[in-house]
Amino acid sequence: MISTPLLSILRTRIQQKYRTISYPRGTPPPLPDRFLGKPEIGSFSCPSGCDYCLKECPTGSLFLKEGKIHLDTGTCLFCGVCSKLCPAGMIQFGNEYRLAARERSDLLVSQVKGKDISDARHEMASRIFKRSLKLRQVSAGGCAACEADCNVLTTIGWDIGRFGIQFVASPRHADGLLITGPVTENMKQALEKTYRAVPHPKIVLAVGSCAIGGGPYRDHPEQLNGAGSVLPIDLYIPGCPPHPLTILDGILRFLDKIPGREEPWEL
Amino acid sequence: MWNGERIPLHQIPEWDFTDFKRISLESYQKGNRIAGFWAIPAKTGYTLFQAWIDSSRFTLDIHQCRIGSTYPSLTPELPAVHLFERDIAERFRIVPEGHPWLKPVRFYRGTDARVDFFQMKGEEIHEVAVGPVHAGVIEPGHFRFQCNGETVYHLEISLGYQHRGIERALSGGPNARSIHYIETAAGDTSIGHGTAYALLIEALSGSGSTERADGIRAIALELERLANHIGDLGAMAGDIGFLPTHSYCGRIRGDALNLTALLCGNRFGRGLIRPGGVAYDIEDSRMETLLQGLRLLEKDATSAIELLFDTPSVMSRFEGTGALQAETAREIGLVGLAARACGLSLDVRTDLPSSVYKRICPNVCTATAGDCYARAFVRWLEIQESIRLIRQLAESLPNGEIQEEKALKGTFTLLEPESLGIGITEGWRGEIFHVAATDSTGKFAWYRIVDPSFHNWFGLALALRGQQISDFPLCNKSFNLSYCGHDL
Repeated sequence: MISTPLLSILRTRIQQKYRTISYPRGTPPPLPDRFLGKPEIGSFSCPSGCDYCLKECPTGSLFLKEGKIHLDTGTCLFCGVCSKLCPAGMIQFGNEYRLAARERSDLLVSQVKGKDISDARHEMASRIFKRSLKLRQVSAGGCAACEADCNVLTTIGWDIGRFGIQFVASPRHADGLLITGPVTENMKQALEKTYRAVPHPKIVLAVGSCAIGGGPYRDHPEQLNGAGSVLPIDLYIPGCPPHPLTILDGILRFLDKIPGREEPWEL
Repeated sequence: MWNGERIPLHQIPEWDFTDFKRISLESYQKGNRIAGFWAIPAKTGYTLFQAWIDSSRFTLDIHQCRIGSTYPSLTPELPAVHLFERDIAERFRIVPEGHPWLKPVRFYRGTDARVDFFQMKGEEIHEVAVGPVHAGVIEPGHFRFQCNGETVYHLEISLGYQHRGIERALSGGPNARSIHYIETAAGDTSIGHGTAYALLIEALSGSGSTERADGIRAIALELERLANHIGDLGAMAGDIGFLPTHSYCGRIRGDALNLTALLCGNRFGRGLIRPGGVAYDIEDSRMETLLQGLRLLEKDATSAIELLFDTPSVMSRFEGTGALQAETAREIGLVGLAARACGLSLDVRTDLPSSVYKRICPNVCTATAGDCYARAFVRWLEIQESIRLIRQLAESLPNGEIQEEKALKGTFTLLEPESLGIGITEGWRGEIFHVAATDSTGKFAWYRIVDPSFHNWFGLALALRGQQISDFPLCNKSFNLSYCGHDL
């Protein structure tokens, strides 16, 4: 067959097909069966009386308050060790990917509340940035997995650009910051300078358990337990790292581009 | 020592500095490579440790030496240790006398930070500073270029922004957090680091993993290699503006990550590797889905990547850009795919075979040019080799348990006291070296991690010499080193 670069490019284009997911108009892409999403805590009282879950939680995200078990999804690494160790099956990680929340306190799952999807809509951002949101990503410590899953959103599979959302090269071009990492001492100054370089009005998204509460490095003196210690946070997206679907859902609900619950809607 | 072996601390050969230096230089001349060089405070002064990989005997040789607060630097005769010596100096203020460029590596808390850079002077010379906040969605690091017009004369790389105290926090473990430090040492290499850690813990606890678990670990390691290599080829295409392969590979990388998620629920393999085995089994139906996914991935990746290598304008940008000579690569201690692209045949899976690699031998993929083309081509060869390996591993996956009996009872926190253990794996970037010693109670007295990036960052700096500064993104991506794995 005659092969010229142009023909090869066209042939490959046809082979590779159209691959952008239909979500959010269509159903979200399937999650793996072993995916650990939003945790739920049984409403019955703990029958076993052991404290494996409290002792083995790597970040101390599980705790007792007024005799009830609480789980902070903001600092949770979604390792599932609590669920695996619990002889009574009190803690179950479901396949709910919608984890983002406007308020830090909404990240707390307890025996009392937890099944509802937290509110993520931002009044100002959904008014001003709904049709165009330019974000500067700042990696402030951490392991680069959150960055990788933000990058995934820019690929043709997810194509975050179709929502008017874009990662831009300069804070001067941005409407806000998307921060990953616990904010190391060594990145604090750079993060503050980048924030100052973003014009008003501006918003800050904290993505991943590091940026929310320090993640696995919580309480290390080398870091600051999350971006909230340096800047005001407008949206929290939990996960270690959050699934790309969790990040996308968070930003879309933040901008009020999709509703929080199962209701009919138009893009 | 074999990979994944334990020895009592007092059995590590100890030399005076003259012999220590002689043995180091002899090791290098024999063709061995350095895996790690670190210092630990002793009762009086410090102990220097060196670990050398001897691929002709499949062993890792560790030797030690007592020193005070100074010693004559080895760097002038052994450039491969230059960064290790800087690290030792920064941690403990041990001065390697005669080190040509002694400055901090990670900017630990409370250490004096000297931040001046090498500078050229001249009317036509200008300096370009990039980072720590970059234009792309990547990790922080600072790059300082000395340029004459477009040409880079010198590049100095200053990292440490990601330093979050992993090694310090691992001392006193293992505990509930230890595995999470390991899985996030370099987030795109969770399986690689996880496997090295598991080998180390299994060595120190005097137990092992199961054959089935070893097979599953190896499958996951190759999936990790696939995902990253495919992603990197796409990113390299993007950096020269060849958007078709950039678009396709970015998506196909996600397919590979999803295959890892099929195994354990997490796209980066978090939660799969645990000391004593793996946390999740691959049932027959799951293996069927995995292999089916692999077939689709192979088809898509082949068409996307062959397009890259078939396009003359791409090749003209890749060839000759950022070239490193094999001799230089060996001298500075380059490892992994960057070294293989220079023609050095290094691969821990065959040099220090452990577990499954005693029965399954990967083909070591090399190229000779040492340029961006070679680094891209080695990736493509390794993608094909990884697919072959996954199929072979799947076919030969032994039946049985996925967790060693001891691990099920949760005894893995009981380690042999006063011992040193090692674990090395060939991650997708190169060799991942973990070494730790236990105290008298069987807890980690100290833990050291050497990510392949630690060896290779200097290689990127040298590859840029004489190149156009506009080729930096391409060269950087062709190495794609980890900032967090370096900073720890």
